[in-house]
Amino acid sequence: MSFLTGSWRPRPRVAVIGVPFVWLSIFFLLPFLLVFRISLAQMDGALVSPLLTLSDGVLTLQLHLASFIQLITDDLYIATYFVSVKYALVTASFCLLFGYPFAYFMARSERRWQPALLMGVMLPFWTSFLIRVYAWKSLLEPNGWVGAPIHALGIDEVLAFLGMIPSPDQLMYSPFSLVLGMVYTYLPFMVLPLYATLSRMDLRLIEAAQDLGATPWQAFWRITVPLSRSGIVAGFMLVFIPCVGEYVIPELLGGPETLMIGRVLWDEFFSNNDWPMASTVAVVMILVIIVPLAIFGRNQVQAQEG
Amino acid sequence: MRSDKKSRLFSRLWMFVVFGFLYLPIVSLIVYSFTESSVPNVWGGFSLRWYRALLVDSDLKESLWLSLKIATSTATAAVILGSLAAASLHRYPRFFGRTFFSGMVSAPLVMPEVIVGLSLLLMLVSLQRLLGVPDRGMVTIWLGHLLVGMAYATVVIQARLRDLNPQLEEAAQDLGAKPWQVFFLVTIPMIAQALLSAWLLTFTLSLDDVVLSAFLSGPGSTTMPLVIFSRARLGLNPSVNAIATVVVVIVAIGVTIASYVLAQQERRRSLEAAAAQRPG
Repeated sequence: MSFLTGSWRPRPRVAVIGVPFVWLSIFFLLPFLLVFRISLAQMDGALVSPLLTLSDGVLTLQLHLASFIQLITDDLYIATYFVSVKYALVTASFCLLFGYPFAYFMARSERRWQPALLMGVMLPFWTSFLIRVYAWKSLLEPNGWVGAPIHALGIDEVLAFLGMIPSPDQLMYSPFSLVLGMVYTYLPFMVLPLYATLSRMDLRLIEAAQDLGATPWQAFWRITVPLSRSGIVAGFMLVFIPCVGEYVIPELLGGPETLMIGRVLWDEFFSNNDWPMASTVAVVMILVIIVPLAIFGRNQVQAQEG
Repeated sequence: MRSDKKSRLFSRLWMFVVFGFLYLPIVSLIVYSFTESSVPNVWGGFSLRWYRALLVDSDLKESLWLSLKIATSTATAAVILGSLAAASLHRYPRFFGRTFFSGMVSAPLVMPEVIVGLSLLLMLVSLQRLLGVPDRGMVTIWLGHLLVGMAYATVVIQARLRDLNPQLEEAAQDLGAKPWQVFFLVTIPMIAQALLSAWLLTFTLSLDDVVLSAFLSGPGSTTMPLVIFSRARLGLNPSVNAIATVVVVIVAIGVTIASYVLAQQERRRSLEAAAAQRPG
């Protein structure tokens, strides 16, 4: 009978659900279907060839697989997908490595400090990400605030030895600067869901484990980590999936070895004007992230339903 | 206890380092926006020359104005659509296509922006060939930002709806309030904080976006991030530092005012709640 149980008169319900549903169908779902359709077409001058043609009473379906064949046979595309997935994985792993302890300490700090700490993580969100990424350019110059100490401590020698930078005096335009920029940008996306699960955790479970003889370390690995699983999955996917298609950060901080698939799509569309190829690159990118997307979606539903 | 002290020191240090990592670029941007030199990582003495340069930079000023218009309309529309989407998911546990709908709502959160931008553009171009509208420009950029902004707004508002005490709405209904009265007099004030943070979040997302804007902009509709991005791509430029500082200051003021107002409201509400629960 109430507003909450959903047994409301039908009209408001239709409007409440219908408006966002129809809106998303038109502006999110339909465009995706169109990308699939265009990936199977070819450029016909400035237009995209039709898939279905009716002439002399014959309906013909023409699927042009040229873009897909080119994508599979040209090593550049496949290699770029691997590079993108590799850097996305590395970025998500580093975010977890730095973000988990951070979120944990935040959730276990004094109650009255927590809103301020949370605000501290959120605040960079509210200042332009583009500008913050750009700032790393000058920080990583040899005489920059970060570049200079790295050089003085000899860390650059190690990075060059590991192949993360081309030579000890150049930190910028390298895998190192790319991963640094992506970790920097996406770290809050890891910290926030982790904090949300860790701060809701029932601390009596830890006490119980310790009463039963577990060391703090054992309690952490066998109670805290498994209970924060949904936060770990959400954070990892929130970092990994957008990183695969990242365009701005590789463009500003990456170098020649870090060509990522977002850039390839961009060039196919803007430089080559090849819509079917750009669409094909997008379709394959969706295939690459579809499993992570499904994991993320299921995780969100499970977390919501309790 | 000794180990306790040590672990507390370690946790403080870890938090300090991560916060330093998050804030260092912002600090360096602000510091070097005041440099006299034309290289933004060399301190050439204090000067306001890059701020004076901003005042006469008509490209940047025009693009900022456009970005502000788009961001305001994006945030407003995103909060409205996001509220509807959050309400559908929160109040109606069962309807046709719910799982699909919930997937569509949250997909733009993680979907790489190049895909969203490309697909939306291809559709709008096809539409334009069929109907003659819309031309690429402010409206198309707004549509793209709204798509992503709505996803963020939904998440923020839905989280707040979940934490609400349903008894308050039930009580209002039992006292004879009509559904729309319950909504405007009880639900909206209780989720006001979430609505405001969703608005601020989508506003800054829109003010910041490069990829969607690049796909969806047309001639004569260059947003501020596009101007900044094209300058940043060419190399370091202190005028970017100056505009960055201006944006940081505006956002800091906005967030401070918003959180002050919200804290006041929260206090008033908890006082009222306490008064209402006092026996007698």
